[in-house]
Amino acid sequence: MSDAAFGPEAATSKRLRRGLVLPLALLLLWEATSHSGLVNPQFLPPLEKVGTTAWRELTSGELLFDLLASLRRDLSGFAIGTGLGGAIGILLGLSSIADRIFTAWFNGLKQIALLAWIPLISIWFGFDQAAKVVFIALAAAIPVILNVVEGIRGASRKDVEVGEIFKFTRPQFIVLIYLPSALPSILTGIHLALIYSWLATIGAEYFMAVGPGIGGLIIAGRERFEMDMVLLGIVVLGGVGFAIDRLATLLEDRIIPWRRVA
Amino acid sequence: MASDVTISRVAGDIDVTSAGGDTSLASSDRAWRGIARLGWTLVFPVVVLSIWISGANTGWLPEQILPRPTDVLNTLLEMLRSGELKTHTAVSLLRVIYGFAAGATVGFALGAAMGLSRTVDDYVRPLFTAIAQVPALAWIPLAMLLLGIGETLKIVVIAKAAFVPVVMNTSAGIRNVSPQLLEVAETLQFSTWQKLCLVVLPASIPSVFTGLRYGLTHSWISLVSVELVASSEGLGYLLVWGRQMFWLDTVLVSMLVIGLVGFLSDKVLAVVEQHLQQWKVDHV
Repeated sequence: MSDAAFGPEAATSKRLRRGLVLPLALLLLWEATSHSGLVNPQFLPPLEKVGTTAWRELTSGELLFDLLASLRRDLSGFAIGTGLGGAIGILLGLSSIADRIFTAWFNGLKQIALLAWIPLISIWFGFDQAAKVVFIALAAAIPVILNVVEGIRGASRKDVEVGEIFKFTRPQFIVLIYLPSALPSILTGIHLALIYSWLATIGAEYFMAVGPGIGGLIIAGRERFEMDMVLLGIVVLGGVGFAIDRLATLLEDRIIPWRRVA
Repeated sequence: MASDVTISRVAGDIDVTSAGGDTSLASSDRAWRGIARLGWTLVFPVVVLSIWISGANTGWLPEQILPRPTDVLNTLLEMLRSGELKTHTAVSLLRVIYGFAAGATVGFALGAAMGLSRTVDDYVRPLFTAIAQVPALAWIPLAMLLLGIGETLKIVVIAKAAFVPVVMNTSAGIRNVSPQLLEVAETLQFSTWQKLCLVVLPASIPSVFTGLRYGLTHSWISLVSVELVASSEGLGYLLVWGRQMFWLDTVLVSMLVIGLVGFLSDKVLAVVEQHLQQWKVDHV
Protein backbone atom coordinates (compact mmCIF):
# COMPACT_ATOMS: atom_id res chain seq x y z
CA MET A 1 0.00 0.00 0.00
CA SER A 2 2.86 2.35 0.82
CA ASP A 3 3.96 1.96 -2.81
CA ALA A 4 0.93 3.95 -3.87
CA ALA A 5 2.59 7.15 -2.71
CA PHE A 6 5.34 6.71 -5.29
CA GLY A 7 2.97 5.97 -8.11
CA PRO A 8 2.57 2.77 -10.06
CA GLU A 9 5.88 3.16 -11.88
CA ALA A 10 7.93 3.12 -8.71
CA ALA A 11 5.99 0.10 -7.51
CA THR A 12 6.68 -1.76 -10.73
CA SER A 13 10.38 -1.05 -10.64
CA LYS A 14 10.48 -2.15 -7.02
CA ARG A 15 8.78 -5.40 -7.95
CA LEU A 16 11.19 -5.83 -10.83
CA ARG A 17 14.16 -5.35 -8.53
CA ARG A 18 12.79 -7.81 -6.03
CA GLY A 19 12.05 -10.32 -8.75
CA LEU A 20 15.63 -10.21 -9.96
CA VAL A 21 17.14 -10.97 -6.57
CA LEU A 22 16.60 -14.71 -6.47
CA PRO A 23 17.58 -15.52 -10.07
CA LEU A 24 20.72 -13.39 -9.78
CA ALA A 25 21.62 -14.96 -6.45
CA LEU A 26 21.20 -18.41 -7.96
CA LEU A 27 23.39 -17.53 -10.93
CA LEU A 28 26.05 -16.09 -8.63
CA LEU A 29 25.96 -19.20 -6.46
CA TRP A 30 26.28 -21.32 -9.55
CA GLU A 31 29.22 -19.34 -10.90
CA ALA A 32 30.98 -19.39 -7.54
CA THR A 33 30.43 -23.13 -7.06
CA SER A 34 31.63 -24.07 -10.49
CA HIS A 35 34.82 -22.02 -10.03
CA SER A 36 35.42 -23.25 -6.49
CA GLY A 37 36.40 -26.67 -7.76
CA LEU A 38 34.06 -28.34 -5.28
CA VAL A 39 31.95 -29.90 -7.98
CA ASN A 40 32.77 -31.53 -11.27
CA PRO A 41 32.60 -28.73 -13.86
CA GLN A 42 31.00 -31.22 -16.20
CA PHE A 43 27.90 -31.18 -14.02
CA LEU A 44 27.96 -27.48 -13.33
CA PRO A 45 29.82 -25.73 -16.13
CA PRO A 46 30.63 -22.08 -15.45
CA LEU A 47 28.20 -19.64 -17.02
CA GLU A 48 30.71 -18.31 -19.51
CA LYS A 49 31.10 -21.84 -20.87
CA VAL A 50 27.36 -22.14 -21.36
CA GLY A 51 27.50 -18.76 -23.06
CA THR A 52 30.27 -19.72 -25.44
CA THR A 53 28.52 -22.98 -26.25
CA ALA A 54 25.34 -21.07 -27.00
CA TRP A 55 27.26 -18.64 -29.19
CA ARG A 56 29.08 -21.42 -31.01
CA GLU A 57 25.87 -23.34 -31.68
CA LEU A 58 24.10 -20.20 -32.78
CA THR A 59 26.77 -19.00 -35.16
CA SER A 60 27.49 -22.42 -36.62
CA GLY A 61 23.83 -22.62 -37.49
CA GLU A 62 23.45 -26.04 -35.91
CA LEU A 63 21.07 -24.85 -33.24
CA LEU A 64 18.98 -23.11 -35.84
CA PHE A 65 18.97 -26.24 -37.96
CA ASP A 66 17.72 -28.36 -35.05
CA LEU A 67 15.20 -25.75 -34.07
CA LEU A 68 13.81 -25.51 -37.58
CA ALA A 69 13.56 -29.29 -37.80
CA SER A 70 11.61 -29.34 -34.54
CA LEU A 71 9.35 -26.49 -35.59
CA ARG A 72 8.60 -28.05 -38.96
CA ARG A 73 7.68 -31.31 -37.24
CA ASP A 74 5.64 -29.44 -34.68
CA LEU A 75 3.69 -27.52 -37.31
CA SER A 76 2.98 -30.53 -39.53
CA GLY A 77 1.66 -32.49 -36.58
CA PHE A 78 -0.26 -29.49 -35.34
CA ALA A 79 -1.86 -28.85 -38.72
CA ILE A 80 -2.91 -32.46 -39.20
CA GLY A 81 -4.10 -32.84 -35.62
CA THR A 82 -6.04 -29.60 -35.60
CA GLY A 83 -7.67 -30.35 -38.96
CA LEU A 84 -8.73 -33.85 -38.00
CA GLY A 85 -9.63 -32.79 -34.48
CA GLY A 86 -11.79 -29.98 -35.83
CA ALA A 87 -13.64 -32.35 -38.15
CA ILE A 88 -14.19 -34.91 -35.39
CA GLY A 89 -15.26 -32.19 -32.98
CA ILE A 90 -17.82 -30.81 -35.42
CA LEU A 91 -19.17 -34.30 -36.02
CA LEU A 92 -19.46 -35.05 -32.29
CA GLY A 93 -20.92 -31.64 -31.59
CA LEU A 94 -23.57 -31.70 -34.29
CA SER A 95 -24.58 -35.33 -34.55
CA SER A 96 -26.20 -36.71 -31.46
CA ILE A 97 -25.75 -40.23 -32.80
CA ALA A 98 -21.99 -39.79 -33.21
CA ASP A 99 -21.91 -38.21 -29.78
CA ARG A 100 -23.72 -41.17 -28.21
CA ILE A 101 -21.49 -43.68 -29.95
CA PHE A 102 -18.08 -42.11 -29.48
CA THR A 103 -17.96 -39.55 -26.68
CA ALA A 104 -17.71 -42.04 -23.80
CA TRP A 105 -14.86 -43.82 -25.57
CA PHE A 106 -13.09 -40.66 -26.48
CA ASN A 107 -13.22 -39.59 -22.83
CA GLY A 108 -11.82 -42.95 -21.82
CA LEU A 109 -8.96 -42.90 -24.34
CA LYS A 110 -8.14 -39.35 -23.30
CA GLN A 111 -7.26 -40.64 -19.84
CA ILE A 112 -4.21 -42.47 -21.14
CA ALA A 113 -1.20 -40.27 -20.51
CA LEU A 114 -0.14 -38.99 -23.91
CA LEU A 115 3.41 -40.29 -23.74
CA ALA A 116 2.11 -43.80 -23.10
CA TRP A 117 1.06 -43.82 -26.76
CA ILE A 118 4.66 -43.54 -27.93
CA PRO A 119 5.59 -47.25 -27.68
CA LEU A 120 2.47 -48.25 -29.61
CA ILE A 121 2.96 -45.55 -32.23
CA SER A 122 6.61 -46.47 -32.64
CA ILE A 123 5.69 -50.10 -33.22
CA TRP A 124 3.17 -49.08 -35.85
CA PHE A 125 5.03 -46.25 -37.54
CA GLY A 126 8.69 -46.77 -36.68
CA PHE A 127 10.97 -44.04 -35.33
CA ASP A 128 10.94 -41.73 -38.31
CA GLN A 129 9.30 -38.45 -39.08
CA ALA A 130 5.96 -40.14 -39.76
CA ALA A 131 5.74 -41.62 -36.27
CA LYS A 132 6.62 -38.30 -34.67
CA VAL A 133 4.08 -36.37 -36.71
CA VAL A 134 1.38 -38.93 -35.87
CA PHE A 135 2.13 -38.54 -32.18
CA ILE A 136 2.14 -34.73 -32.36
CA ALA A 137 -1.11 -34.79 -34.32
CA LEU A 138 -2.69 -36.94 -31.62
CA ALA A 139 -1.57 -34.49 -28.97
CA ALA A 140 -3.00 -31.55 -30.93
CA ALA A 141 -6.27 -33.25 -31.81
CA ILE A 142 -7.45 -33.97 -28.26
CA PRO A 143 -7.86 -30.39 -26.98
CA VAL A 144 -9.31 -29.30 -30.33
CA ILE A 145 -11.98 -32.00 -30.23
CA LEU A 146 -12.89 -31.20 -26.63
CA ASN A 147 -13.20 -27.47 -27.20
CA VAL A 148 -14.97 -27.63 -30.55
CA VAL A 149 -17.61 -29.94 -29.07
CA GLU A 150 -18.02 -27.67 -26.09
CA GLY A 151 -18.25 -24.59 -28.29
CA ILE A 152 -20.91 -26.05 -30.57
CA ARG A 153 -22.97 -27.34 -27.65
CA GLY A 154 -22.72 -23.91 -26.11
CA ALA A 155 -24.40 -22.23 -29.11
CA SER A 156 -27.19 -20.18 -27.65
CA ARG A 157 -30.70 -21.54 -27.97
CA LYS A 158 -31.84 -18.14 -29.21
CA ASP A 159 -29.40 -18.15 -32.13
CA VAL A 160 -30.53 -21.62 -33.10
CA GLU A 161 -34.18 -20.48 -33.00
CA VAL A 162 -33.36 -17.57 -35.30
CA GLY A 163 -31.82 -20.05 -37.70
CA GLU A 164 -34.92 -22.19 -37.52
CA ILE A 165 -37.12 -19.23 -38.31
CA PHE A 166 -35.01 -18.44 -41.36
CA LYS A 167 -35.27 -22.10 -42.35
CA PHE A 168 -31.50 -22.46 -42.59
CA THR A 169 -30.15 -25.55 -44.26
CA ARG A 170 -27.66 -27.75 -42.39
CA PRO A 171 -24.56 -26.13 -43.93
CA GLN A 172 -26.00 -22.68 -43.27
CA PHE A 173 -26.55 -23.63 -39.64
CA ILE A 174 -22.96 -24.73 -39.34
CA VAL A 175 -21.41 -21.73 -41.05
CA LEU A 176 -23.72 -19.00 -39.80
CA ILE A 177 -24.65 -20.15 -36.30
CA TYR A 178 -22.56 -22.91 -34.79
CA LEU A 179 -19.10 -21.92 -35.94
CA PRO A 180 -19.35 -18.22 -35.03
CA SER A 181 -20.71 -18.94 -31.58
CA ALA A 182 -18.14 -21.69 -31.08
CA LEU A 183 -15.30 -19.44 -32.25
CA PRO A 184 -13.90 -18.50 -28.81
CA SER A 185 -13.94 -22.12 -27.75
CA ILE A 186 -12.37 -23.24 -31.02
CA LEU A 187 -9.58 -20.71 -30.58
CA THR A 188 -8.97 -21.97 -27.05
CA GLY A 189 -8.71 -25.46 -28.47
CA ILE A 190 -6.21 -24.33 -31.10
CA HIS A 191 -4.23 -22.43 -28.50
CA LEU A 192 -4.01 -25.54 -26.33
CA ALA A 193 -3.18 -27.62 -29.40
CA LEU A 194 -0.23 -25.33 -30.10
CA ILE A 195 1.10 -25.82 -26.58
CA TYR A 196 0.47 -29.56 -26.52
CA SER A 197 1.99 -30.15 -29.91
CA TRP A 198 5.18 -28.39 -28.85
CA LEU A 199 5.36 -30.60 -25.77
CA ALA A 200 4.64 -33.62 -27.92
CA THR A 201 7.40 -32.60 -30.33
CA ILE A 202 9.90 -32.70 -27.50
CA GLY A 203 8.48 -35.98 -26.21
CA ALA A 204 8.61 -37.55 -29.64
CA GLU A 205 12.19 -36.41 -30.13
CA TYR A 206 13.22 -37.83 -26.75
CA PHE A 207 11.81 -41.25 -27.31
CA MET A 208 12.18 -41.61 -31.05
CA ALA A 209 15.58 -40.04 -31.16
CA VAL A 210 16.31 -40.21 -34.85
CA GLY A 211 17.00 -37.12 -36.92
CA PRO A 212 17.66 -33.51 -35.96
CA GLY A 213 15.65 -31.61 -33.36
CA ILE A 214 15.91 -29.78 -30.07
CA GLY A 215 14.81 -32.85 -28.10
CA GLY A 216 17.48 -34.94 -29.75
CA LEU A 217 20.03 -32.23 -28.98
CA ILE A 218 19.21 -32.41 -25.27
CA ILE A 219 19.28 -36.19 -25.17
CA ALA A 220 22.62 -36.26 -27.00
CA GLY A 221 23.98 -33.67 -24.57
CA ARG A 222 22.89 -35.79 -21.64
CA GLU A 223 24.46 -38.93 -23.06
CA ARG A 224 27.76 -37.12 -23.58
CA PHE A 225 27.51 -35.48 -20.14
CA GLU A 226 27.55 -32.04 -21.72
CA MET A 227 25.58 -30.02 -19.23
CA ASP A 228 26.03 -26.81 -21.25
CA MET A 229 24.27 -28.40 -24.23
CA VAL A 230 21.46 -29.69 -22.04
CA LEU A 231 20.97 -26.27 -20.47
CA LEU A 232 21.04 -24.54 -23.81
CA GLY A 233 18.47 -26.98 -25.13
CA ILE A 234 16.19 -26.44 -22.14
CA VAL A 235 16.39 -22.67 -22.45
CA VAL A 236 15.56 -22.81 -26.17
CA LEU A 237 12.75 -25.25 -25.53
CA GLY A 238 11.23 -23.14 -22.78
CA GLY A 239 11.71 -19.99 -24.83
CA VAL A 240 9.98 -21.40 -27.89
CA GLY A 241 7.12 -22.70 -25.73
CA PHE A 242 6.76 -19.27 -24.17
CA ALA A 243 6.86 -17.53 -27.56
CA ILE A 244 4.23 -19.88 -29.01
CA ASP A 245 1.96 -19.25 -26.04
CA ARG A 246 2.35 -15.46 -26.23
CA LEU A 247 1.78 -15.45 -29.96
CA ALA A 248 -1.37 -17.52 -29.63
CA THR A 249 -2.68 -15.20 -26.90
CA LEU A 250 -2.01 -12.14 -29.05
CA LEU A 251 -3.78 -13.70 -32.03
CA GLU A 252 -6.73 -14.70 -29.89
CA ASP A 253 -7.06 -11.17 -28.55
CA ARG A 254 -6.90 -9.88 -32.12
CA ILE A 255 -9.50 -12.23 -33.52
CA ILE A 256 -11.97 -12.07 -30.66
CA PRO A 257 -11.23 -8.89 -28.74
CA TRP A 258 -14.63 -9.00 -27.02
CA ARG A 259 -13.73 -12.02 -24.94
CA ARG A 260 -11.26 -10.18 -22.78
CA VAL A 261 -14.10 -8.03 -21.57
CA ALA A 262 -16.59 -10.84 -21.17
CA MET B 1 -15.46 -27.74 -16.49
CA ALA B 2 -18.03 -25.74 -18.39
CA SER B 3 -19.30 -28.84 -20.15
CA ASP B 4 -19.75 -30.62 -16.80
CA VAL B 5 -21.85 -27.75 -15.64
CA THR B 6 -24.10 -27.77 -18.70
CA ILE B 7 -24.54 -31.51 -18.48
CA SER B 8 -25.61 -31.39 -14.86
CA ARG B 9 -27.97 -28.54 -15.63
CA VAL B 10 -29.54 -30.48 -18.49
CA ALA B 11 -29.91 -33.49 -16.22
CA GLY B 12 -31.58 -31.22 -13.69
CA ASP B 13 -34.10 -30.05 -16.30
CA ILE B 14 -35.02 -33.64 -17.06
CA ASP B 15 -35.63 -34.31 -13.40
CA VAL B 16 -37.86 -31.30 -13.10
CA THR B 17 -40.06 -32.28 -16.03
CA SER B 18 -40.31 -35.92 -15.05
CA ALA B 19 -41.12 -35.06 -11.45
CA GLY B 20 -44.46 -33.66 -12.67
CA GLY B 21 -45.62 -37.11 -13.83
CA ASP B 22 -45.89 -40.43 -12.07
CA THR B 23 -42.67 -41.14 -10.17
CA SER B 24 -42.50 -44.83 -11.09
CA LEU B 25 -42.92 -43.88 -14.71
CA ALA B 26 -40.13 -41.35 -14.33
CA SER B 27 -37.74 -43.89 -12.87
CA SER B 28 -38.51 -46.52 -15.51
CA ASP B 29 -38.10 -43.79 -18.08
CA ARG B 30 -34.72 -42.96 -16.67
CA ALA B 31 -33.69 -46.62 -16.59
CA TRP B 32 -34.74 -46.91 -20.22
CA ARG B 33 -32.70 -43.87 -21.08
CA GLY B 34 -29.69 -45.37 -19.33
CA ILE B 35 -30.03 -48.63 -21.25
CA ALA B 36 -30.35 -46.75 -24.52
CA ARG B 37 -27.23 -44.77 -23.75
CA LEU B 38 -25.34 -47.92 -22.89
CA GLY B 39 -26.53 -49.49 -26.13
CA TRP B 40 -25.21 -46.59 -28.18
CA THR B 41 -21.93 -46.62 -26.28
CA LEU B 42 -21.49 -50.30 -27.06
CA VAL B 43 -21.77 -49.77 -30.83
CA PHE B 44 -18.21 -48.55 -31.19
CA PRO B 45 -16.42 -51.34 -29.28
CA VAL B 46 -18.58 -54.01 -30.93
CA VAL B 47 -17.67 -52.72 -34.39
CA VAL B 48 -14.00 -52.33 -33.51
CA LEU B 49 -13.80 -55.72 -31.85
CA SER B 50 -15.48 -57.51 -34.74
CA ILE B 51 -13.14 -55.90 -37.25
CA TRP B 52 -10.21 -56.68 -34.99
CA ILE B 53 -11.22 -60.34 -34.48
CA SER B 54 -12.05 -60.99 -38.11
CA GLY B 55 -8.88 -59.19 -39.18
CA ALA B 56 -6.78 -61.32 -36.84
CA ASN B 57 -8.54 -64.53 -37.92
CA THR B 58 -8.30 -63.97 -41.64
CA GLY B 59 -4.71 -62.87 -41.24
CA TRP B 60 -4.81 -59.48 -42.92
CA LEU B 61 -4.04 -57.91 -39.57
CA PRO B 62 -0.59 -59.28 -38.72
CA GLU B 63 0.07 -60.11 -35.09
CA GLN B 64 3.03 -57.71 -35.05
CA ILE B 65 0.63 -54.87 -35.79
CA LEU B 66 -2.19 -55.92 -33.52
CA PRO B 67 -2.38 -59.18 -31.58
CA ARG B 68 -5.71 -60.97 -31.24
CA PRO B 69 -8.05 -59.55 -28.61
CA THR B 70 -7.99 -62.94 -26.89
CA ASP B 71 -4.19 -62.74 -26.69
CA VAL B 72 -4.41 -59.34 -25.05
CA LEU B 73 -7.01 -60.63 -22.62
CA ASN B 74 -4.91 -63.69 -21.84
CA THR B 75 -1.85 -61.53 -21.24
CA LEU B 76 -3.89 -59.33 -18.95
CA LEU B 77 -5.15 -62.32 -16.96
CA GLU B 78 -1.74 -63.92 -16.88
CA MET B 79 -0.09 -60.71 -15.66
CA LEU B 80 -2.80 -60.34 -13.04
CA ARG B 81 -2.38 -63.92 -11.87
CA SER B 82 1.39 -63.83 -11.68
CA GLY B 83 1.25 -60.59 -9.70
CA GLU B 84 3.48 -58.86 -12.28
CA LEU B 85 0.93 -56.19 -13.01
CA LYS B 86 0.31 -55.61 -9.32
CA THR B 87 4.01 -55.20 -8.58
CA HIS B 88 4.61 -52.69 -11.36
CA THR B 89 1.45 -50.74 -10.58
CA ALA B 90 2.36 -50.63 -6.90
CA VAL B 91 5.84 -49.32 -7.71
CA SER B 92 4.38 -46.59 -9.91
CA LEU B 93 1.67 -45.66 -7.42
CA LEU B 94 4.15 -45.41 -4.58
CA ARG B 95 6.38 -43.11 -6.62
CA VAL B 96 3.44 -40.87 -7.41
CA ILE B 97 2.33 -40.81 -3.77
CA TYR B 98 5.79 -39.83 -2.51
CA GLY B 99 6.44 -37.31 -5.25
CA PHE B 100 2.97 -35.81 -5.08
CA ALA B 101 3.06 -35.56 -1.28
CA ALA B 102 6.44 -33.81 -1.37
CA GLY B 103 5.54 -31.48 -4.23
CA ALA B 104 2.11 -30.63 -2.86
CA THR B 105 3.40 -29.91 0.66
CA VAL B 106 6.18 -27.61 -0.49
CA GLY B 107 3.88 -26.12 -3.11
CA PHE B 108 1.18 -25.39 -0.57
CA ALA B 109 3.64 -23.74 1.80
CA LEU B 110 5.14 -21.58 -0.94
CA GLY B 111 1.77 -20.80 -2.51
CA ALA B 112 0.36 -19.77 0.86
CA ALA B 113 3.35 -17.54 1.54
CA MET B 114 3.01 -15.95 -1.92
CA GLY B 115 -0.71 -15.48 -1.45
CA LEU B 116 -0.42 -13.92 1.98
CA SER B 117 2.54 -11.66 1.39
CA ARG B 118 3.06 -9.35 -1.58
CA THR B 119 6.74 -9.15 -0.72
CA VAL B 120 7.28 -12.90 -0.92
CA ASP B 121 5.32 -12.93 -4.16
CA ASP B 122 7.46 -10.16 -5.64
CA TYR B 123 10.66 -11.99 -4.78
CA VAL B 124 9.64 -15.49 -5.83
CA ARG B 125 7.17 -15.08 -8.70
CA PRO B 126 9.59 -14.43 -11.62
CA LEU B 127 11.83 -17.38 -10.76
CA PHE B 128 8.79 -19.57 -10.20
CA THR B 129 7.31 -18.57 -13.55
CA ALA B 130 10.56 -19.36 -15.31
CA ILE B 131 10.69 -22.80 -13.69
CA ALA B 132 7.02 -23.47 -14.37
CA GLN B 133 7.41 -22.39 -17.99
CA VAL B 134 9.77 -25.25 -18.78
CA PRO B 135 7.72 -28.47 -18.90
CA ALA B 136 8.51 -31.42 -16.63
CA LEU B 137 9.57 -33.38 -19.67
CA ALA B 138 12.35 -30.91 -20.39
CA TRP B 139 13.71 -31.04 -16.86
CA ILE B 140 14.19 -34.80 -16.99
CA PRO B 141 17.56 -34.84 -18.84
CA LEU B 142 18.91 -32.10 -16.57
CA ALA B 143 17.65 -33.90 -13.47
CA MET B 144 19.22 -37.12 -14.76
CA LEU B 145 22.62 -35.47 -14.99
CA LEU B 146 22.34 -34.07 -11.48
CA LEU B 147 20.54 -36.90 -9.69
CA GLY B 148 21.39 -40.01 -11.67
CA ILE B 149 18.64 -42.39 -12.71
CA GLY B 150 17.68 -43.67 -9.28
CA GLU B 151 14.54 -43.26 -7.25
CA THR B 152 15.42 -39.66 -6.31
CA LEU B 153 15.10 -38.62 -9.95
CA LYS B 154 11.56 -39.97 -10.21
CA ILE B 155 10.42 -38.44 -6.94
CA VAL B 156 11.89 -35.04 -7.83
CA VAL B 157 10.37 -34.97 -11.33
CA ILE B 158 6.96 -35.99 -10.01
CA ALA B 159 7.21 -33.53 -7.13
CA LYS B 160 7.97 -30.69 -9.55
CA ALA B 161 4.94 -31.62 -11.65
CA ALA B 162 2.68 -31.46 -8.59
CA PHE B 163 4.40 -28.38 -7.18
CA VAL B 164 3.62 -25.95 -10.01
CA PRO B 165 -0.19 -26.13 -10.15
CA VAL B 166 -0.44 -26.28 -6.34
CA VAL B 167 1.60 -23.08 -5.96
CA MET B 168 -0.39 -21.27 -8.65
CA ASN B 169 -3.82 -22.21 -7.34
CA THR B 170 -2.99 -21.80 -3.66
CA SER B 171 -1.56 -18.33 -4.12
CA ALA B 172 -4.41 -17.28 -6.40
CA GLY B 173 -6.99 -18.76 -4.03
CA ILE B 174 -5.65 -16.87 -1.05
CA ARG B 175 -5.16 -13.66 -3.01
CA ASN B 176 -8.74 -13.84 -4.26
CA VAL B 177 -10.41 -14.29 -0.90
CA SER B 178 -13.34 -11.94 -1.11
CA PRO B 179 -12.55 -8.54 0.45
CA GLN B 180 -16.05 -8.51 1.88
CA LEU B 181 -15.23 -11.57 3.97
CA LEU B 182 -12.09 -9.87 5.19
CA GLU B 183 -14.09 -6.78 6.08
CA VAL B 184 -16.43 -8.87 8.17
CA ALA B 185 -13.42 -10.35 9.94
CA GLU B 186 -12.10 -6.83 10.44
CA THR B 187 -15.41 -5.74 11.92
CA LEU B 188 -15.43 -8.70 14.28
CA GLN B 189 -11.89 -7.70 15.29
CA PHE B 190 -10.40 -11.09 14.52
CA SER B 191 -6.74 -11.60 15.33
CA THR B 192 -4.44 -12.41 12.41
CA TRP B 193 -4.46 -16.04 13.43
CA GLN B 194 -8.26 -16.10 13.54
CA LYS B 195 -8.46 -14.42 10.17
CA LEU B 196 -6.15 -17.05 8.74
CA CYS B 197 -7.94 -20.06 10.21
CA LEU B 198 -11.52 -18.87 10.07
CA VAL B 199 -11.61 -16.83 6.89
CA VAL B 200 -8.65 -17.12 4.54
CA LEU B 201 -8.04 -20.86 4.65
CA PRO B 202 -11.68 -21.99 4.40
CA ALA B 203 -12.37 -19.51 1.62
CA SER B 204 -9.38 -20.66 -0.41
CA ILE B 205 -9.93 -24.41 -0.01
CA PRO B 206 -11.81 -24.92 -3.31
CA SER B 207 -9.01 -23.26 -5.24
CA VAL B 208 -6.31 -25.15 -3.33
CA PHE B 209 -8.13 -28.34 -4.13
CA THR B 210 -8.27 -27.52 -7.83
CA GLY B 211 -4.49 -27.14 -7.63
CA LEU B 212 -4.16 -30.50 -5.92
CA ARG B 213 -6.28 -32.14 -8.56
CA TYR B 214 -4.20 -30.71 -11.41
CA GLY B 215 -1.09 -31.58 -9.44
CA LEU B 216 -2.10 -35.22 -9.17
CA THR B 217 -2.92 -35.42 -12.88
CA HIS B 218 0.42 -33.86 -13.78
CA SER B 219 2.22 -36.17 -11.34
CA TRP B 220 0.75 -39.18 -13.02
CA ILE B 221 1.65 -37.94 -16.49
CA SER B 222 5.21 -37.11 -15.53
CA LEU B 223 5.55 -40.48 -13.80
CA VAL B 224 4.87 -42.10 -17.14
CA SER B 225 7.44 -39.86 -18.85
CA VAL B 226 10.16 -40.43 -16.30
CA GLU B 227 9.54 -44.17 -16.22
CA LEU B 228 9.72 -44.26 -20.00
CA VAL B 229 13.14 -42.60 -19.92
CA ALA B 230 14.81 -44.26 -16.99
CA SER B 231 13.34 -47.10 -15.02
CA SER B 232 13.67 -50.80 -14.38
CA GLU B 233 10.24 -51.27 -12.87
CA GLY B 234 6.85 -49.61 -12.97
CA LEU B 235 4.15 -49.23 -15.60
CA GLY B 236 6.23 -46.98 -17.85
CA TYR B 237 9.01 -49.54 -17.79
CA LEU B 238 6.51 -52.24 -18.70
CA LEU B 239 5.60 -50.17 -21.76
CA VAL B 240 9.20 -49.75 -22.87
CA TRP B 241 9.97 -53.37 -22.26
CA GLY B 242 6.94 -54.57 -24.20
CA ARG B 243 7.97 -52.22 -26.99
CA GLN B 244 11.51 -53.59 -27.12
CA MET B 245 10.29 -57.17 -27.14
CA PHE B 246 7.59 -56.34 -29.67
CA TRP B 247 5.05 -57.69 -27.20
CA LEU B 248 2.15 -55.57 -28.26
CA ASP B 249 -0.18 -57.30 -25.83
CA THR B 250 2.02 -56.14 -22.93
CA VAL B 251 2.07 -52.62 -24.35
CA LEU B 252 -1.71 -52.55 -24.67
CA VAL B 253 -2.25 -53.92 -21.17
CA SER B 254 0.12 -51.31 -19.71
CA MET B 255 -1.69 -48.53 -21.55
CA LEU B 256 -4.98 -49.83 -20.23
CA VAL B 257 -3.75 -49.78 -16.64
CA ILE B 258 -2.19 -46.32 -17.04
CA GLY B 259 -5.46 -44.97 -18.40
CA LEU B 260 -7.48 -46.70 -15.69
CA VAL B 261 -5.40 -45.40 -12.81
CA GLY B 262 -5.42 -41.89 -14.27
CA PHE B 263 -9.17 -42.06 -14.73
CA LEU B 264 -9.89 -43.37 -11.23
CA SER B 265 -7.65 -40.93 -9.40
CA ASP B 266 -9.15 -38.01 -11.31
CA LYS B 267 -12.71 -39.23 -10.69
CA VAL B 268 -12.17 -39.57 -6.95
CA LEU B 269 -10.73 -36.09 -6.70
CA ALA B 270 -13.49 -34.69 -8.93
CA VAL B 271 -16.13 -36.04 -6.56
CA VAL B 272 -14.37 -34.57 -3.54
CA GLU B 273 -13.95 -31.30 -5.40
CA GLN B 274 -17.64 -31.11 -6.20
CA HIS B 275 -18.42 -31.46 -2.50
CA LEU B 276 -15.98 -28.69 -1.69
CA GLN B 277 -17.37 -26.41 -4.40
CA GLN B 278 -20.80 -26.69 -2.84
CA TRP B 279 -19.83 -24.54 0.08
CA LYS B 280 -17.70 -22.20 -1.94
CA VAL B 281 -18.45 -18.65 -0.87
CA ASP B 282 -17.94 -15.78 -3.27
CA HIS B 283 -20.07 -13.15 -1.66
CA VAL B 284 -21.32 -12.53 1.81
